[in-house]
Amino acid sequence: MKYQMIVLAKQVPDTRNVGKDAMNEDGTVNRKVLPAIFNPEDLNALEQALLIKDRFPESTITILTMGPPRAADLLREGLYRGADRAVLLTDRAFAGADTLATSYALSQAIKHIGDFDLIIGGRQAIDGDTAQVGPQVAEKLHIPQVTYTEEILDITQKDVTIRRHIDGGVETVKAPLPLMITVTGSATPCRPRHAKLVMQYKRAMTPTEWETTYPDRALLPVESPLHIAQWSTQDVNADIAQCGLSGSPTKVKKVENINFVAKENRRLTGSDEEIESLILELLENHTIG
Amino acid sequence: MKNLFVYLEIEGDVVADVSLELLTKGRSLATELGVELEAIAIGYELETIAEQVIPYGVDILHLFDDKRLAPYTTLPTTSILVNLFKKEQPQICLMGATVIGRDLGPRVSSALISGLTADCTSLVIGDYEDKKMQKQYDNLLYQIRPAFGGNIVATIVNPENRPQMATVREGVMKRQILDPEYKAKSVIRHDVNEFVSTEDFVVEVINRHIEKAAHNLKGSPIVVCGGYGVGSKENFNLLFDLAKCLSGEVGASRAAVDAGFADHDRQIGQTGVTVRPKLYIACGISGQIQHIAGMQESAMIISINNDPDAPINNIADYVITGDIEEVLPKMIHFYKSNSK
Repeated sequence: MKYQMIVLAKQVPDTRNVGKDAMNEDGTVNRKVLPAIFNPEDLNALEQALLIKDRFPESTITILTMGPPRAADLLREGLYRGADRAVLLTDRAFAGADTLATSYALSQAIKHIGDFDLIIGGRQAIDGDTAQVGPQVAEKLHIPQVTYTEEILDITQKDVTIRRHIDGGVETVKAPLPLMITVTGSATPCRPRHAKLVMQYKRAMTPTEWETTYPDRALLPVESPLHIAQWSTQDVNADIAQCGLSGSPTKVKKVENINFVAKENRRLTGSDEEIESLILELLENHTIG
Repeated sequence: MKNLFVYLEIEGDVVADVSLELLTKGRSLATELGVELEAIAIGYELETIAEQVIPYGVDILHLFDDKRLAPYTTLPTTSILVNLFKKEQPQICLMGATVIGRDLGPRVSSALISGLTADCTSLVIGDYEDKKMQKQYDNLLYQIRPAFGGNIVATIVNPENRPQMATVREGVMKRQILDPEYKAKSVIRHDVNEFVSTEDFVVEVINRHIEKAAHNLKGSPIVVCGGYGVGSKENFNLLFDLAKCLSGEVGASRAAVDAGFADHDRQIGQTGVTVRPKLYIACGISGQIQHIAGMQESAMIISINNDPDAPINNIADYVITGDIEEVLPKMIHFYKSNSK
């Protein structure tokens, strides 16, 4: 038995480690100082695909991302950890996409990939926290979805049994293939890079990277294991009007860096006397006790 | 036409708090826009829903009552909303930013090609000018949310596409009955089969287990909350000690939860729980906007931090500059020695 899987992944700025210089004076984000990382829950998603491939070694994993040319780094990371094939969806026309325009572009790329049994993605990306792209892609492909997946319990050629998080508990569901699954951060963490795969794929490149690195050599053939596919709107037959900014129903009216108006506050050093007088004050005005 | 719709989340036969909060907000927005408030209940045995929600000012209640519709599954619920919205053309649709709302909302927005904004912390009606297209829009829904890991606050609008969809976390909006005697214009029992197809029922819920929350963070009058600065899971025990002695609850910032210091269900902030306690003690919390969004309405805030310039200090009533390992045991000690 074998399964064809597509893992959706996103390269994101590491918003968890934002320093004081992360914001420009005008309130916009200084992306240059933020390291670009593999979105954490997308790594959990990749691991779910790898676990299925462990059980059914003839299965294939295609890792798909939409982003600027540098997102090829994320795809190599996926290959180092066990993905078989990588696709970069990149085009200026995709810029400024909200979740709906993103899901349109991804669904077109998935149609271009062709047959699949499972699409697996992280529940949400840490730069937006919306959790919208997975379900929106599933709707565009007219397939069912299971979000908030914690563990794939079983898979057969017909269906998948999944334990998922729900508010205040857990639920076990059985859903037919083909299926979209989104995975939470509480699922099994992703295995590390495999040394052999790092050796094998460290020179894997997109055509753009190849041209920059070897301007005088012929392009890698598409069949080469070192070829990272790079698709534009045209390649995936995408309607430009539904991509990027023009395909996004939501518009950003304004963005602001909040500066809190400082309250008048009392400063304490943490000495015994000061802590005791604070506690007495709180007891007296019935805040505590 | 052009009314404001709220999707009601129902567990057992009880409407979720978040839905009642959205009805409260929805009622005031609908009144401001001069439209009606409509609510949608999808589930099984919905006899008591009307009495639960109409006092919040619901004008029209849509009931979809069918054994197959409980517990919630994605596809039939999506079909019902999509087909209902195609007919009713709402201008706004609000849902809870719960697991269900975040499963359902994007699916519906994708089918209807409408804009959806997740985890809004504020909803306001206002105008919008598209300078490039030289078009003016009146009375749009401003969907305001922290973004980018909580480092900025963005105001999002959906100028062209309808409905304008937004999800909001539980506890963010206040919940208030409009009038216990409020009279709805109509309660409509729909024929479910006109909205769903048999293929919508391909996902089967095998079992479902819901536990009562292990703590009452949302309703606790005293919250002791720890951030990344607490340093370790062991140090969090100090927070539990203080909370226990003050009869409060322990919360955590997202950074502390991500670092594994505290459980996910204790997270306070935009993507966690919103709290409004009498006393909020912030321990080793720097104060990202996304955290502030979940606690800024606390009546009194004490910040304990060894960084005297931590942003959270700006909204604190008391700032204690020091290490939590020293300050918390002192607080416990002086509380015990001074309280009866």
